Amino acid sequence: MHSAVLLIEFGSIILGLGLLGRVAARFQFSPIPLYLLAGLAFGEGGLLPLGASEEFVATGAEIGVILLLLMLGLEYTASDLVSNLKSHYPAGLVDFCLNALPGAAAALLLGWGPVAAVVLAGVTWISSSGVIAKVLGDLGRVGNRETPVILSILVLEDLAMAVYLPIVTALVAGAGLLSGSLTLAIALGVAGLVLFVALRYGRLISRFVSSDDPEKLLLVVLGLTILVAGVAQELQVSAAVGAFLVGIALSGEVAEGAHTLLSPLRDLFAAVFFVFFGLHTDPASIPPVLLPALALAIVTACTKVATGYWAARRAGISVRGRWRTGGTLVARGEFSIVIAGLAVTAGIEPSLGPLATAYVLLLVILGPLTARYTEPLATRWALRRESAKAQEQAPALEKQEQTSVGD
Amino acid sequence: MSAPRLRSTPLPGIGVQYDLVTRDHRHLSVVAHRDGTRTVNVYRSDDPDSCAQSLRLTTAEAGSLIDALMPSHHSPSLLYTTDLGLVAERVEVGATSRWNGRLLGDTRMRTETGASIVAVLRRAEAIPSPAPDFRLAGGDTVIVIGTREGVDAAAAILGQE
Repeated sequence: MHSAVLLIEFGSIILGLGLLGRVAARFQFSPIPLYLLAGLAFGEGGLLPLGASEEFVATGAEIGVILLLLMLGLEYTASDLVSNLKSHYPAGLVDFCLNALPGAAAALLLGWGPVAAVVLAGVTWISSSGVIAKVLGDLGRVGNRETPVILSILVLEDLAMAVYLPIVTALVAGAGLLSGSLTLAIALGVAGLVLFVALRYGRLISRFVSSDDPEKLLLVVLGLTILVAGVAQELQVSAAVGAFLVGIALSGEVAEGAHTLLSPLRDLFAAVFFVFFGLHTDPASIPPVLLPALALAIVTACTKVATGYWAARRAGISVRGRWRTGGTLVARGEFSIVIAGLAVTAGIEPSLGPLATAYVLLLVILGPLTARYTEPLATRWALRRESAKAQEQAPALEKQEQTSVGD
Repeated sequence: MSAPRLRSTPLPGIGVQYDLVTRDHRHLSVVAHRDGTRTVNVYRSDDPDSCAQSLRLTTAEAGSLIDALMPSHHSPSLLYTTDLGLVAERVEVGATSRWNGRLLGDTRMRTETGASIVAVLRRAEAIPSPAPDFRLAGGDTVIVIGTREGVDAAAAILGQE
């Protein structure tokens, strides 16, 4: 009886998500906001509370986070990361200062304390690689000269996640200074070790995992990832980072094969994750945080544009490309929710979840729009200012001419 | 003349971008996506950082485009011409060919023409460097490398009825 209810509930969730995904595809925007709204609609205080499948959905959500980070790791090779870090770290620093600090400041202003400040800093800092990669493709900008700048900022953010997530995990677990720094040392040590091993012996690991049979490759990669994620969790490092590092260590053909095989699984479980996050947010708790979320969204949209503008100028891109870089980076999405999810499951500051939900809802919708319109608007504004200046100067010029004629 | 320089930029998570600036200072780039598809980009003249056209091609489409872009496209049997004066060509062994069912050694190809048979394509398989005791069959495609004259002479021998 119980299993029948579970199947019916889980089935309707997945079916509902599929239909929502279709709607999103029709209007050509990311389905993430719809998944979040669907989660809000079900669950606590929503229209249709779910009972039986809650635990199952929770496990699915956990796998969703692991797969999101694994796929992220698969996108890069260790040498990509190292060379990016070497040549673009100033952009990464500017990105961190301009976008993480407003989040932290907002949390402190709201009186939420230092732990929530660190979490909210992460929420406002990390752009959504998924949404941005899709927007770049949709707008036909993959070949643009500013695209490598955008990608390098995303890579640095993702690399920063490997350091940041363990810190947050330790903080929200309420670990003391000593055990906290021990955890951090372990996390950094593990991350460094994996990067080193991946750089030196990546081919060996890939050969071990490699298999011509897609079924075996899928099972080995998935099994290895979940196992490492579990061990990382046990070491208090955060399962997500473990998964990310597995992704980094795999390279070449194996990474590509795993990428194709795991993409549909990632899509499924990531959708479940967004629903799960929405499930745990009471829709009634959103209106009170809507104004702070809106203010934070506006401020951090502007700071992201500034970050992009600065980074593109540093790379020698012309003014229009600088505006495009800034506008493209605005979207926040899956990783802001991953970070907020850590705090929510640990029970830090009850308003943090609703605020993060509202914030991501705003910016995941706004992001593709700013990517499209920041540059045309900025260009038009500059033109108008120029013509106004020209008009101001025109009478002065005439006078000058007259005097010269008079002479 | 040396080949124009193709600058490559890694695009983490996407693939590699190859940039070419033509002699007329026009800028062209190709993004090689990791799934084998290609995007061909042409840049705007008023905003050189941005693409005027961005065309996504499947692997097969990119292959056809390469064929059309090869300077030797007018000769479909030609594989590649190097600056060294060597030519590689595909030559069909017809069903009515004199060599249908005969040994490769009997053609005395290398002695007569100086050209080498480097491989024989038969249906879906390729037989690399066939020995003199290899038996040719109608429908085989022979890949011959040599000077222009040598390859032409080889084609004439293989075309004997």
